[in-house]
Amino acid sequence: MSEPSDAPAAPAAAIPPTGGAPLSTLPRWQPFEWIVALRFLREGRTQTAFIIAGVAIGVAVIIFMSSLMAGLEAKLMRQALTTQAHIQLLGPKDVARPLRGGDAAVEGVVLQVPLQRLRGIDQWQALVLQMQAMPEVRLVSPGATGSALAVRGDARRAISVIGIDPAVYFRIVLIGDMLVAGTTRLSGTDILIGTELALDFGLSVGDKLRVTATSGSELTLSISGIFDLGNKAANARTTYTTLRTAQSLLALPGSVTVLDLTLNDPYAAETVAQRIAASTGVQADSWIKTNAQFFSAVAAQKSSSTVIRSFVALSVAMGIASVLVVSVVQRSSAIGILRAMGVTRGQVLRLFLLQGGLLALAGSILGSALGAGAMLLWQSLVRNADGTPLIAVTLEPSLFLSTLALATLTGLVAAVAPALRAARLDPVVAINA
Amino acid sequence: MPDEANKPVDSGPLLVLKAVRKSYNVGQPNETEVLHGIDLTLQRGEFCAVVGPSGSGKSTLLNIIGLLDRPTSGTLTLSGVDTGTLGDAELTRLRGHSIGFVFQHHHLLSAFTALENVMLPILGDVGFPNAAMAERAAQLITDVGLAQFRDRPAGQLSGGQQQRVAVARALAMSPALLLADEPTGNLDTVSADAVFDLLRRVNTEQRTSVLFVTHSPEMAARCDKIIRVVDGCVVTSN
Repeated sequence: MSEPSDAPAAPAAAIPPTGGAPLSTLPRWQPFEWIVALRFLREGRTQTAFIIAGVAIGVAVIIFMSSLMAGLEAKLMRQALTTQAHIQLLGPKDVARPLRGGDAAVEGVVLQVPLQRLRGIDQWQALVLQMQAMPEVRLVSPGATGSALAVRGDARRAISVIGIDPAVYFRIVLIGDMLVAGTTRLSGTDILIGTELALDFGLSVGDKLRVTATSGSELTLSISGIFDLGNKAANARTTYTTLRTAQSLLALPGSVTVLDLTLNDPYAAETVAQRIAASTGVQADSWIKTNAQFFSAVAAQKSSSTVIRSFVALSVAMGIASVLVVSVVQRSSAIGILRAMGVTRGQVLRLFLLQGGLLALAGSILGSALGAGAMLLWQSLVRNADGTPLIAVTLEPSLFLSTLALATLTGLVAAVAPALRAARLDPVVAINA
Repeated sequence: MPDEANKPVDSGPLLVLKAVRKSYNVGQPNETEVLHGIDLTLQRGEFCAVVGPSGSGKSTLLNIIGLLDRPTSGTLTLSGVDTGTLGDAELTRLRGHSIGFVFQHHHLLSAFTALENVMLPILGDVGFPNAAMAERAAQLITDVGLAQFRDRPAGQLSGGQQQRVAVARALAMSPALLLADEPTGNLDTVSADAVFDLLRRVNTEQRTSVLFVTHSPEMAARCDKIIRVVDGCVVTSN
């Protein structure tokens, strides 16, 4: 390129034509701060690219971890909620009460609670109607449960007999999804058993199983289906039969020992349970209370994930702040000359805040795509033996939107200190820097 | 401007300094007074050279006149406005509208083209780009003889061209006063003459007052008036 001439300026002349093209390519919709911020970022493109990559990696980790955690939690929650009712209303328990005299001395013998004796819920039909009338309650299923022995030849196994109304109960506990053989059909003498019991006893669909209750009554039932609850102990012990069969076997004619409830909002279970217990006097156990360990595990998982995400966000913020601090130093004279030509402190502040926000926004858009891609790749590689994903993850748009918003906000906050520093620069010092 | 008293006026002297003093590290044991009670008047359309040895206080005086710094005491009136009464935002606005700067180093923003650099002062004032400011900038670029280079990035221009773009940028807001702090200090003789002639032409055609700091006695001699600063005092002004 030849060196342009420095000859004295020509007298004032008309502006050379541009062939109809606009004189300036500055977009008219962009305010001053946007234009300068974007040009500064473009000019320091290597620096800009590195920090965007840094933000992108951080955001990708957050997206990947959050969606994985959400998928895991959903999976655990689904497993928990499809194998149990949200609330169980239970009949009263017998209590061992020592006989005492006037001076509180124990006078009588202490009677043991009859361990196997079952008591039904008083006025359960009325209670069912009362529960069905509650707007929070979706389904009510009466059941009669008790212990029994499964007998086949010389082999005996303790089992839990759960007598239910299949039409309602199987909408609460989705046995249909867990069935490995047979059907969920239950008529008079049918029974559903778990895979472990079937294996132990060498049973298959259509076989007969003798069940003896602690009361001594005995029934021979036909196996209509075999299920897998995903738990070996539960598969060895749990059996389902009709309510009437269980009532007859457990010596509970016309009575039920439990009412299983599902709610429209599973997370309201504890509150609703407490209300039911207070208003009816029956024992009401929510799944939240009976799965306290599960919830504490989920909470621990969530808090550790939050800590990791916070540190990632902090490192992203530090990265943006350090790049902008360097940028302020590098552009001191530019800031000084802008201030000299009448640009206000507020405008300088905004143009550096904007750079922080734009770096974070660009990084988080790229990071969201990276995170989503990594998650899809992980799902395609890590699978169950049957080919289904180990954890079914749904990439929620809300996760991306909230991450974008949070990352941009983080970028803005990270830019506050460098932007203030730029705005407070003394123009004289800055110009001579 | 918040009130009528602070509105610039077009009559009377452009710049009046009365007993202007400037000290650094005020109240500290190492307090140093750099300007010792400067009295100075600049009329509209005057082209004045400011000369003096290094460290005499020329740059400090120019920073105070350019509203980039405040005097420790004394008054500075620009276009009838007593600048001592103005807040930072008002001072910035008055500076942007009334004063153009040309420094020894051009200080063009290398991320922008020559044309865009000239547009920047108007853009900063108006907020959004428009065709009128682009036309104004293009006219100024043409006036300084760089029409064919207007779309070239500032960093790709020669030193003399960059300084001429800096002059065009200083004129973008049609300021009443142009402060040129050794604008030819880094240029070869031909380029220096070109820049001086350009400032002279602006002064003649647009009646823009110019304060031209220079170490060159030849250039100072070509100005209407010479202000000599020695040890923080104006010793001659003829």
